[in-house]
Amino acid sequence: MLDDLTNKLETVLKKIRGQGKITDTNIDESLREIRRVLFDADVNYKVVTKFINDVKEKSIGLNVLNSITPGQLIVKVINDELIKLMGAERSGIKFSDRIPSVILMVGLQGSGKTTFSAKLAKHLKSKGRNPLLAACDVYRPAAIEQLRILGKQISIPVYTDDNEKNPVKISNAAIQYARENARDTLIVDTAGRLAIDEEMMNEVAALKKSLNPEEILFVVDAMTGQDAVNTAKAFHDKLDFDGVVLTKLDGDTRGGAALSIKAVVNVPIKFSGIGEKLDAIEEFHPDRMASRILGKGDIVSFVEKAQNEFDLSESGKLEEKLRKNKFDYNDFLAYLAQIKKMGSLSGLLSMIPGAGKMLKNQEVDDKVLVKIESVIQSMTKKERENPNLLNGTRRRRIADGSGNSIQQVNRVIKQFEDMQKMMRQFSKDKGRGIMKKMKLPANFMNQLK
Amino acid sequence: MSFLDKIGFGKLKEGLNKTKDNLIGKVNRLVNARGVIDDEFLEELEEIFISSDLGMDTAELLITRIKERAVTDKYIDQKELNELINSEIRKVFYETTSEFKSFDFGLKQTPFVIIVVGVNGVGKTTSIGKLANNFKKAGKSVLIGSADTFRAAANDQLDIWAKRADVEIIQSKSTSDPASVAFDTVNSAVSKGTDVVIIDTAGRLHNKSHLMEELKKIKRVIQKVIPEAPHETFIVIDATTGQNGLNQALEFSKALDGLTGIILTKLDGTAKGGIVLKINKEMKLPVRFIGVGEQIDDLQVFDSKSFTEALFEK
Ligand SMILES: Nc1nc2c(ncn2[C@@H]2O[C@H](COP(=O)(O)OP(=O)(O)OP(=O)(O)O)[C@@H](O)[C@H]2O)c(=O)[nH]1
Ligand SMILES: [Mg+2]
Repeated sequence: MLDDLTNKLETVLKKIRGQGKITDTNIDESLREIRRVLFDADVNYKVVTKFINDVKEKSIGLNVLNSITPGQLIVKVINDELIKLMGAERSGIKFSDRIPSVILMVGLQGSGKTTFSAKLAKHLKSKGRNPLLAACDVYRPAAIEQLRILGKQISIPVYTDDNEKNPVKISNAAIQYARENARDTLIVDTAGRLAIDEEMMNEVAALKKSLNPEEILFVVDAMTGQDAVNTAKAFHDKLDFDGVVLTKLDGDTRGGAALSIKAVVNVPIKFSGIGEKLDAIEEFHPDRMASRILGKGDIVSFVEKAQNEFDLSESGKLEEKLRKNKFDYNDFLAYLAQIKKMGSLSGLLSMIPGAGKMLKNQEVDDKVLVKIESVIQSMTKKERENPNLLNGTRRRRIADGSGNSIQQVNRVIKQFEDMQKMMRQFSKDKGRGIMKKMKLPANFMNQLK
Repeated sequence: MSFLDKIGFGKLKEGLNKTKDNLIGKVNRLVNARGVIDDEFLEELEEIFISSDLGMDTAELLITRIKERAVTDKYIDQKELNELINSEIRKVFYETTSEFKSFDFGLKQTPFVIIVVGVNGVGKTTSIGKLANNFKKAGKSVLIGSADTFRAAANDQLDIWAKRADVEIIQSKSTSDPASVAFDTVNSAVSKGTDVVIIDTAGRLHNKSHLMEELKKIKRVIQKVIPEAPHETFIVIDATTGQNGLNQALEFSKALDGLTGIILTKLDGTAKGGIVLKINKEMKLPVRFIGVGEQIDDLQVFDSKSFTEALFEK
């Protein structure tokens, strides 16, 4: 039902290919599809609009129009931008030397504060903290009892006072209790409240003022739609919370709310709830969330496919050979085959920051590759394995056999030797990252000129 | 006597005021500012629709229709434009005539069994308390069955609501099998001659097949006692829910062989609950009630006409 982005983009791309031309309109069309995907994932309207503009600018900067795989390129740009937006850094809970450090849980009704409070207590206990829970939801029927039961399940004490209706008083008594009982962390569960309920918002602001918590966590249901930003912003304006908790992420929601909230209040998402059991708590992974928003795991594999089209294990083998000075014409052939497999040099190269510009006025000609191949294929097995054998007579024979001129054969040999040199140089570079490896064909392109 | 009369129509408007401010207030301002349907206008309309969680498909459908109507009708002023948009939105609602307009309707069979389902924390238990209260006030005897044997203190919470509504409740402290509580409840209702049975269920995410199986079992055991039951199967949807709401409705419907209505809760907040339009459109599943607060009176019968009118009221 929710078509994934890959399929949609493939469709758009097919159309583009059918037209045989990549235009500004095509890019817009791709971006429109992405826009729809983001709306379907509940990313906020304004956030999407800005995001799409950013991606468009980036795509233009990367010269997407000139690449033969614009879809893949755009997807890569989007994925990168999304991860960037989601926040690469993962920050934990802040503690101070004060006994106890106080964590205040806030959010809308039914967002999952109580369950998450218990999960967090269990999690922190496993990290060596000594938590106490405080039941400050004095409104919802049986909310206090709920926390009491959860505390029992995880063997963590819960401070309650069934006769007290003032959360400030309850939580201050809980602080006292924590001090007397060597509890270094206090987690305060509060009632769910609407951001527009002034009285209730004032109540939680008073709670903040009185407790001066080390950490305020805003708990939000991952299934939330467009309203997520309104609520997050209102809570943030009032409380300046430190982190976001995304609950019920074990459902099949795409969770665009996460992105919206991050974009609007710029507070890290610290945890996610991924089940009803009390150990179903996870530190938040921005990268996974990015792919989830774009359509489950598909997008990751799509990007990976684009990246893997330059076979890294193969290029690793090549490096190995180079280091041992064993790069021969068979390897050269294999290398050319790899480049052909990438479908398009410029398409792949334009994924490398900076490389797109480098190639700007350079037409990539697949025919060059075919020519080189035909020359090598006319070499004997021995000649391919031992490039030094190629004397004048052998070169003549190869030229005749492949239907090339002797000059062309010589050019291929020269290219091969330059290639050897270049790759030897490359393998001396300590760089092992993918980008380094992908620069290989970029340099190779210069050799072909 | 109609239910709306009983609770006063003002409350509905009050509950929807924020929604009105957001959706229609914007449209009004938009019409005032532009006064003509051009691309920019439609784009802003799109923003309003998307921001209300209508979803891209529904937004596009509405915009296409409004565009077409604008060409054929050659609309003139703001009032007409509002009416046009209003009527197009209302067309998306799947309308049924609901006997719930008053709670003293003649039950086709007693006990009349209602099952309430939904994902975690949407407001099932609260809505059940409110429903029970309404039936009770309409002179019907009510028995609530507490088939949430999973969530901590779910029993206590429902118990409090039963007391507030002054109705009977069956809960089992000993069993953790929700189906057997449902069975006991319906059995007891039959022997006591109770008019209405409402079964509360534990919140569950619709993609968890073992939990959906559990629901099927609840329904099966109820049918062992009353083959025609359940007479109503309500899904509760939180107004803050985004596009996932459709998945929720589809999956619960699949597990239970169909649903009979939506209870849309938390409309007293800033969320618009626009996802129900998409559910209406895709599943022809009507909204039956709306929740507009945490108090026992904060439940209203949904009626697309007054709902949309309240939305568009100045
Ligand atoms: N503002 C507002 N809050 C509501 C409304 N309906 C329910 N709530 C609140 O939402 C929270 C969750 O309600 P519950 O009735 O416990 O929800 P539930 O679906 O039974 O939850 P689980 O059984 O835990 O899945 C409570 O704090 C309710 O007071 C409503 O219409 N408006
Ligand atoms: Mg409940």
